[in-house]
Amino acid sequence: MSTEVTEKETEAQTETEAESGESAHQSRRMEQKRQQASQRDLEEEARTEIDEAEQTIEVKVFRFDPEVAGKEEPRFDTFHVPFFKGMTVLDALIYARDHYDSSLTFRHSCRQAICGSDALFVNGRQRLGCKTQIADLEDHLNSTIRIEPLPHQEVVKDLVVDMEHFYDQMEAVEPFFDADELPDGDLEEQRQDRENREKIKMSTRCIWCGACMSSCNIAAGDNEYLGPAAINKAYRFAMDEREGEDRKQQRLNIIEQEHGVWRCQTQFSCTEVCPKDIPLTEHIQELKRESVKNNLKFW
Amino acid sequence: MYEHDVLVIGGGGAGLRAAIAAHEEGADVAIVTKLHPVRSHTGAAEGGINAALRDGDSWEDHAYDTMKGSDFLGDAPAIETFAKNAPEEVIQLEHWGMPFSREDDGRVSQRPFGGLSFPRTTYAGAETGHHLLHTMYEQVVKRGITVYDEWYVSRLAVTDHDDPEDRECHGVVAYDIKTGEIAGFQASGGVILATGGLGQAFDHTTNAVANTGDGPAMAYRAGVPVEDMEMIQFHPTTLPSTGVLISEGVRGEGGILYNDQGERLMFEYGYANNEGELASRDVVARAELTEVNEGRGIEDEYVHLDMRHLGEERILDRLENILHLAEDFEGVDGLEEPMPVKPGQHYAMGGLEVDEHGETCIDGLYAAGECACVSMHGANRLGGNALPELLVFGARAGWHAADRDLGEAQIGTGPSAKSEDEDVDTPVSPGAIDAGDEDVAADGALVEPTEVLDHHVTAEEQRVESLLEKDEGVNHAEVRADVQETMTQNVNVFREESNLKEALEDLRVARERYQDVYVRDPSRTFNTDLIHTIETRNIIDVAEAITLGALAREEFRGAHWRAEHQERKDDEWIKHTMLAWNDGNPDLYYKPVILEGEDKTYEPKERSY
Repeated sequence: MSTEVTEKETEAQTETEAESGESAHQSRRMEQKRQQASQRDLEEEARTEIDEAEQTIEVKVFRFDPEVAGKEEPRFDTFHVPFFKGMTVLDALIYARDHYDSSLTFRHSCRQAICGSDALFVNGRQRLGCKTQIADLEDHLNSTIRIEPLPHQEVVKDLVVDMEHFYDQMEAVEPFFDADELPDGDLEEQRQDRENREKIKMSTRCIWCGACMSSCNIAAGDNEYLGPAAINKAYRFAMDEREGEDRKQQRLNIIEQEHGVWRCQTQFSCTEVCPKDIPLTEHIQELKRESVKNNLKFW
Repeated sequence: MYEHDVLVIGGGGAGLRAAIAAHEEGADVAIVTKLHPVRSHTGAAEGGINAALRDGDSWEDHAYDTMKGSDFLGDAPAIETFAKNAPEEVIQLEHWGMPFSREDDGRVSQRPFGGLSFPRTTYAGAETGHHLLHTMYEQVVKRGITVYDEWYVSRLAVTDHDDPEDRECHGVVAYDIKTGEIAGFQASGGVILATGGLGQAFDHTTNAVANTGDGPAMAYRAGVPVEDMEMIQFHPTTLPSTGVLISEGVRGEGGILYNDQGERLMFEYGYANNEGELASRDVVARAELTEVNEGRGIEDEYVHLDMRHLGEERILDRLENILHLAEDFEGVDGLEEPMPVKPGQHYAMGGLEVDEHGETCIDGLYAAGECACVSMHGANRLGGNALPELLVFGARAGWHAADRDLGEAQIGTGPSAKSEDEDVDTPVSPGAIDAGDEDVAADGALVEPTEVLDHHVTAEEQRVESLLEKDEGVNHAEVRADVQETMTQNVNVFREESNLKEALEDLRVARERYQDVYVRDPSRTFNTDLIHTIETRNIIDVAEAITLGALAREEFRGAHWRAEHQERKDDEWIKHTMLAWNDGNPDLYYKPVILEGEDKTYEPKERSY
C-alpha cells in the first residue's frame, strides 16, 4: 500500500524538468548520473565499512524516486549500521544517509518528538523515528528493521509522503480559536478554569505527524473522512470554555457531517500509534456524545 | 515569478507573528518556509514567555533584569521597547486561545526563571513553544495568509550598489523542495528574514537539524553586517546523549543540581551563593563544566538535575513533558532518579544587525527572531526572553514592512553606525574568509526589480545545476561534521586563543573542501542531499563569524569566557562586535552599546547572582 505511485505523478515530474530548460548536454550528463546512481551496489558498500563495530543492526529501507532509473520501481535497500546504546531509528537512517547513500531521503528536524516530521512505518507500525529506540524493537540485533513510508499516503520519494491531504483535513475543521467576546481592557485575559485547561490539555499536544491518519482503516477507505487528528483538533476548540455556545454549535456541525465523527468505528488504532499519547478515540467518542446531545435539544 | 507585498522567510514564531502583523496592515503577505510552519523549531521551546503582567511587577524591572542579564551589552532602546510591548503580546496570544497553564482564579500562571527579579514567566506546561507555534499558525490559517511550505530560500535578490546602505532587496530566490523548481519571489514592500537559529554549527546542540543559519549567512553575504556573533548561549541542562533540552522550568520550580559527590554544586563551590540553580545560564553552564573538569562530574561528562523532591503532582502539572523527554531520550524516570545534564549550544544572541523596527541597512530587508540581533540579549539571554522577543520584534518588522510608520529608529545600522573610535583593535586577520560565490549581483547598476530577480534566479539555477552535475567529490556531511566538531571542541563554553585559532584553521580547511563538494542524488524530487549541501555553506560562514568575533573580543562578558582575559573590561568593550562581508574580505568593526534608555541610563554593575 505504501508502494502505490500513480502514473500522473511521474508525468508531472517530467514536465517540470522540461520547463526548467536543461540543455541537451546537461540532460545527457544528468541521465548518466542517474544511471550511475541506480547501478551502485549499496548493500556491498554498506557491508564493507562497518567491520570494526562491535554490534550492528540491519535496516531495510523502502526506496523510490520517480525520476531516477532503477528507483522508479519501488525497492528496498539494506544498510548495516553500527549499533550504540540509545540509538533511535532516526539515528540509524541518518547514519545510513551520511555514510552510505546521501540520496536516502526522509524528513526530520527537531529530533525530540515535537516537530512531527519523521512519522514512519517501522516494523509494521506507525512511529516517530526520533523517539523510537532501536533497543525497544523486538529482536533488533537478530532481525532486520524494516522502515517504510507512512501507509495510505502517496509516496513522494523514499520515506517522504505527500502531507497535503492531511493538512487539508486539519484545515477543514476551522482550526482556530474564536471567542464570542474578549474581556474589557487590552491587558485582561480570558479566565479559564484549571479543570477546563486539563480537559483540553491532551488534545493540544498534537504535533500533526499524521501517524493516526495513516493507521486508520476508515481513513484508508474514505478519503473524505476528517480523520482522528482533525477531529481531535475540533475537540480542542469545542471543549474550550472560552469559546461561546454558538461557535461550539458551528463546530459540532462540521464534525457531524457525513464524513465526520460517525465514520469512526472505534478500532483504537489511532490511539495506539499516537506518539503524544493523545486519547484520540476517546475524544472522537466524546464528540459523538456531544453531537447527540446537541441534536436532542431541538426535538 | 511570484509576487507579494511582503515576504516572510521562515514559518516559526517570528515569521508567523510578522506575517500576521503585515496582514493586519493590509499587505498581501506570504510565508516561504523550508519546513511546514508547525515543524518549526519554535515548537521545541519549553520554559515560557516573560512579561510584566502582575501587580508588583513592571516593564521597567523587566527591562533592568534584561539589561543586567545581557551583561550590559544590550541596547536600551531595544530592551525598553521589548519590555513595554511584551505584556500586550502575551495577552494577545491568550486572546488567540493559547492554552496557558492557569492559576486557581483562571488567570495565566507565572513562574520564576533564572535572572528575573519577579516570577514573570508565563507558560503552558513545559511545552510553551509548541503551543505558541500552533496558536499562531492557527491565526495564520484563520486569516488565509499564503504559505509556501517546503520551499527553500537560498538567495536574496539585492541590488549591486557598492555601499550596502544603498542596496535594495526586491525579493528572494527559492527552490521548491518537492519539484526542484527554482523561482523568483518579488516583494514590493519588504522581505522579512525569520529563519531562526544556527545551532547546527555545533555538534552538541538543542537546535533542530533545520537550524543552519541560512538567514544570517545569506544576508551577511548580501551586505548586512552581523553583530556580536561570538555570543552563543550554552544551555546548562541538555541531555548528554542527544542535546535534547531540559527546560529551565525544572530549576524554576525548584530542581537541584548535584555533582558526583552528591553536593549541591551551585552553593558548595560558590558559583552563585544567592540564586543557586537560578543564576543566569552562562553562570550555571560554566559551573557544571568546572565540576566536570575538576573531576567531580559523573562519568566525566555531566552532572545530575534532581526534581524528585517536587513531588509527582507538581511535576505532572507543570513539567510533564520533561518526564517524557528524559524517558524517551535518556531512559531515565525523572520521578525516580535524577536526570543527567550537561551544557549544550542553545541560542545565538548575535545575528543580523537590525534596528528596533526590524530593518537592516539594506532597504526593504528586515530580520526578526533568533536570526536577528536588535540587540536585546547582549552577552547572555535570559530564559523566557526569546519567545516574547519574537512576538514583539516579529510584529514590528511585519508592521514596518507593510508601511506602518514606527517613528525614527534610535538604533543605527550599517557601516555608518560604526564607532567613531578609529583605533580599532583587530587581533586577527579577517581574511580568513575566502570569497566564494557572490550573493550580490556584480555586473553593474542592476536596480530594476524584475531584472534583479532574474539575475539572481539565473545565478541560483547555475549553482544548483553545477552541484547536481558534478559526478564526484566531497560529501557535504563530512564537511559539516568537521565544522561541528571543531566548533564544539574549540569555540565552546570555555575559550582560549589557541583553540579559537585552531578552529579558524579548521574552518578554512572546511571551506577549501567545500569547493569540491558534490551532490550524489541527481533527482529534482525532494533532494535533501542538495538542500543540506547548500546549508553546509551557510554553516561554514556563520561558524567563521562566530569564531572571528570570539577571537576579537578580548574580555570575559556574559557567555563569552576567555582564558586569557578573565575580567569584564567595561572601558574598552561596551561595544558590539560587527562583521561586514565586504566581498569575502570581512571588515571587523565596532559600534557603541546604547545604555541610555528613555528615562534612565543603565549603569554597568558587577553581575552577581
